[in-house]
Amino acid sequence: MSYHGSFRVWRGDAEGGDLADYEVEVNDGEVVLDIVHRLQATQAGDLAVRWNCKAGKCGSCSAEINGRPRLMCMTRMSTFAESETVTVTPMRTFPVIKDLVTDVSFNYTKAAQVPSFAPPAGVAPGEYRMAQVDVERSQEFRKCIECFLCQDTCHVVRDHEENKQAFAGPRFLMRIAELDMHPLDALDRKRQAQDEHGLGFCNITKCCSEVCPEHIKITDNALIPMKERVVDRKYDPLVRLGRTILRRD
Amino acid sequence: MTDEIETHHHDVLVIGAGGAGLRAAIAAREAGMRTAVICKSLFGKAHTVMAEGGIAASMGNVNSNDNWQVHFRDTMRGGKFLNNWRMAELHAREAPERVWELETYGALFDRTPDGRISQRNFGGHEYPRLAHVGDRTGLELIRTLQQKIVSLQQDDARENGHGGTAEGKLKVFAECTVTDLLLSDSGAVAGAFGYRRESGQFVLFRAPAVILATGGIGKSFKVTSNSWEYTGDGHALALRAGSTLLNMEFIQFHPTGMVWPPSVKGILVTESVRGDGGVLRNSEGRRFMFDYVPDVFRAQYADNEAEADRWYTDQANNKRTPDLLPRDEVARAINSEVKAGRGSPHGGVFLDISSRRSPAEILKKLPSMHHQFKELADVDITREPMEVGPTCHYVMGGVEVDPDTAAAARVPGLFAAGEVAGGMHGSNRLGGNSLSDLLVFGRRAGIGAADYVRGLRERPGLTSAQLDDAARDALAPFERDGGENPYTLHHELQQSMNDLVGIIRHRDEVEQALKNLDEFKIRAAHLAVDGGRRFNPGWHLALDLRNMLAVSECIARAALMREESRGGHTRDDFPAMEPAWRKVNLVCSLDGADAQVVRQDMPPMRADLIDLFGRDELAKYLTEEELP
Repeated sequence: MSYHGSFRVWRGDAEGGDLADYEVEVNDGEVVLDIVHRLQATQAGDLAVRWNCKAGKCGSCSAEINGRPRLMCMTRMSTFAESETVTVTPMRTFPVIKDLVTDVSFNYTKAAQVPSFAPPAGVAPGEYRMAQVDVERSQEFRKCIECFLCQDTCHVVRDHEENKQAFAGPRFLMRIAELDMHPLDALDRKRQAQDEHGLGFCNITKCCSEVCPEHIKITDNALIPMKERVVDRKYDPLVRLGRTILRRD
Repeated sequence: MTDEIETHHHDVLVIGAGGAGLRAAIAAREAGMRTAVICKSLFGKAHTVMAEGGIAASMGNVNSNDNWQVHFRDTMRGGKFLNNWRMAELHAREAPERVWELETYGALFDRTPDGRISQRNFGGHEYPRLAHVGDRTGLELIRTLQQKIVSLQQDDARENGHGGTAEGKLKVFAECTVTDLLLSDSGAVAGAFGYRRESGQFVLFRAPAVILATGGIGKSFKVTSNSWEYTGDGHALALRAGSTLLNMEFIQFHPTGMVWPPSVKGILVTESVRGDGGVLRNSEGRRFMFDYVPDVFRAQYADNEAEADRWYTDQANNKRTPDLLPRDEVARAINSEVKAGRGSPHGGVFLDISSRRSPAEILKKLPSMHHQFKELADVDITREPMEVGPTCHYVMGGVEVDPDTAAAARVPGLFAAGEVAGGMHGSNRLGGNSLSDLLVFGRRAGIGAADYVRGLRERPGLTSAQLDDAARDALAPFERDGGENPYTLHHELQQSMNDLVGIIRHRDEVEQALKNLDEFKIRAAHLAVDGGRRFNPGWHLALDLRNMLAVSECIARAALMREESRGGHTRDDFPAMEPAWRKVNLVCSLDGADAQVVRQDMPPMRADLIDLFGRDELAKYLTEEELP
C-alpha cells in the first residue's frame, strides 16, 4: 500500500528560512523519519536531520511534527490521514543550525553543572549492595534517552530565553532527583536543586511527562518528590497546591 | 592551508565515543594524558545504546560455579576456536572488575535478592552471566561513561579554580568526522584530519597517539541493526594508514531482527527474549531449533522440550535449550526454515514469549521490546508472537592489534579497541561479550596509548602536503557537476553486499560482488553533492562511501579465500568446518586503491589454556598435530 503524501519541512538556517512543500511516496508501516530519508535520497540531498538508531533508543531525531514535540522514528505515518499535510519543524526552544538540526548545547552545559555521583566512602568496587526496590526509583529516570523533548516543551524556557541561565530544565532536575534517590550517593542535593538549578520555576503542568517518548513520569516521580523534600526546609505554595489538585499523599 | 584550519593539540586522540572510546578516554585521562574524544554524533548517542541484553562477566552472583576459565571456554567455543586466545583470556579475567567499576561511576544494574548485580542467561554462556538493566543495558553503559567523563571534567575544573564547564584535560568534540589519519615521515601517527558536521569546516588534531573506537561496518548491508554511523571508518582509516585488518569475512548476522514493517526491517530484537524463556517456532508451531544442534554442541544442549524447559529453573541437572545456541547457528537455522517454506507471513519465523511468561513478567524484563513492537509494528508481545529474521549486526573482523596494549599492527601510535578491533571474538561473538570487550580493551587501549606517548622522545611531525590532499579529497564532491547521487550508490552497494556476501555465500556470488565493487569504486570517483558545507548529509555520505567500499572489498576478498564454513562465514560450496583453516588468519591490507588478502598462521594456544578443554572437544576443532 502506498500513496503520495504532502509534507511541509522547515528549510533554512540561523539567518532564516521557511516551510518547503514536498510530495513524497509513503509506504505501509513507515514512520516520519522514513519520509525524511526518502526526501534526502530523491529530492533534497542536503536536508539536515539528526538520527541514529531509528528505534527510539538514542533520542537523536527529535523535532516538532504538526507542532507537537516527537521523535521522528517513532511517529508512524498511519497516525495521519492520507490527505493530511504533515508539517515537520525543528525544536523551537533551541537555536536552529540548519533545517531540522538545532543547537542543543544548552543541555550539555546544564549537564556539566550537576555534581556527579559521589561514591560512598569505604565501599570497595564489587561490594556495592542495593535492593532492587531501591534502585528502581532511579532506574526509571535512567531510562532517559536525552532526546531533550521535555526541555523543548517546558514553557519555563520555551518562550523565555531569559530563564535559561537559572533553570536546568526537566531533564536535569530529574537527573538531580535520580542522584538524590540513588541508594549509595553520598551528597545531599535538595537545596542545590532549589537554589542553583531552578526547581522553583517548575509549576508542575506536566508538559514534560506528556512528551516523554520513554513515558517517564518526570513530574510525578522526580520533580514533585524533590519539591516535597525541599519544602521540608522551605515553604513552597505550589507543592501544597499540587498536592490538593493531584490528590497526592 | 595549515594556518586556516582550526587546530587542537592533544596527547591521545580517541576517534569514536561509544563504550570503547569513552572507556579509553577515561583511562588515558586518568593516566595523565591530555585527551580528546571525537564523536560522529552528539555526545552520548553512540551505537552502544542499541546493546540490550547485558555485559558478560563471570562475577558468579547468580551461579557461584562461574569463573573466568568457564567464560574463556564459552568464548572460544562461540568463536569456533579462531579467537585470539590471549584477548579472550584477558577479556574473561578482567570483565568482572570493569563491571564493578561502573557502579563506582554511578551505574544502577538490576539486583539479586541479596543486593548484588543480577545476571541473566544468554546464548552460548554456560551460567547466568550478563549484568543488565532490563533490556536497555547499552544505554546504561553509555550514560554511565558519559557521566564519568563529565565528572572528570568537573574535577579538572575544580583543580583549575574556575567554573563547572571547563574541560581541562579531557575534551569532547561532538558531531565531528575524521576523514584521514596523518603520519610522520617515518610512518608514525602524527594526528588526524576531519570536519565539523555542523559547519562543514575542517579541523586538525595534532596527537602522537590515536585510538580507533569507531565500531562496525553494518551500513554496507541492506538489512542491518546498525545506524548510519557504522560505515567502517576506523577499519578504513587503519587500512589507509598502512595497518592491517584481520578476518573480515566473519560478519555476525543476529538471528532476531524485526522483519515487518519494511521500514524497520533489521532492527534488533534482543537475545534476552530467548534468555528469559522465549522460543523460536516455525509456521507449523514446531520448536525447530532442536533439529539444528550441531555435533560440536550436542553435549551442552537439550534434545527435547521438557528438559530444555526445566533448564530455566534447574541448570545443574538439565541441558540448555537450543534456542540459545550461538548466534551463527540460530541465524542459519532460521534461514533454512524460511527457505524450506516454513517461515512466517513476512519471511521470518516466530519468536514466542507470550505463551511462556506472564504479561507482568514480560513487561518487567523486556520493557523496551514491548514498547518497540507496540509502537512500530502494532504487535503486543504479551499476547502474540513476534516475527523475526537475521540482520547484519556485528563484524568480528577488525584491526589487527596487540592483545595486551591494543596497539595496531605496523603503524606506531595507532591503537584500536571495541568492534573495530579484530581477533577477540574469533569467527562468532557471543551475546554480552561486546559490552565487556568495550570496557576491557577500551581501558587497555587508553593505558597502551598513554605508555606509548610517555616513551616518545619527540612528537612526530607532519607535512602540509598531507593536509592539502586531505582537504582536496574531502571537497571533491562539491566540484563535480551532474555526477552520481551518493544515496543511489549507497543503496546499490547495500543490495549487492546483502545478496552476494550475506549470510550464505558461494564462490560465484562473491566473485560477482567483487565485480560490482570494481564498478562502484569507479562510480564513487564521480560522486557529486548539492548544497553547501553546513550540515550536509549528502556530502557526509559521499565521504563515508569511500570507507564502506574499502571495507566491503576486504570482506568479499576474505570471504572468497576462506574455503570452509565457520561462525559468521558460511560457504554453500564448502559447508564443513575444516581444522586446517582454524589456525589461519586472513590479513587484509591496502595496495594502492585495491585490497589484498594474505594468509597468516595463528600462534598456538598456551598450554594452561589448552588444558581447560577435554581432548575430545579439542579434536572437533584442531588438527591432529595440534592436539596435546
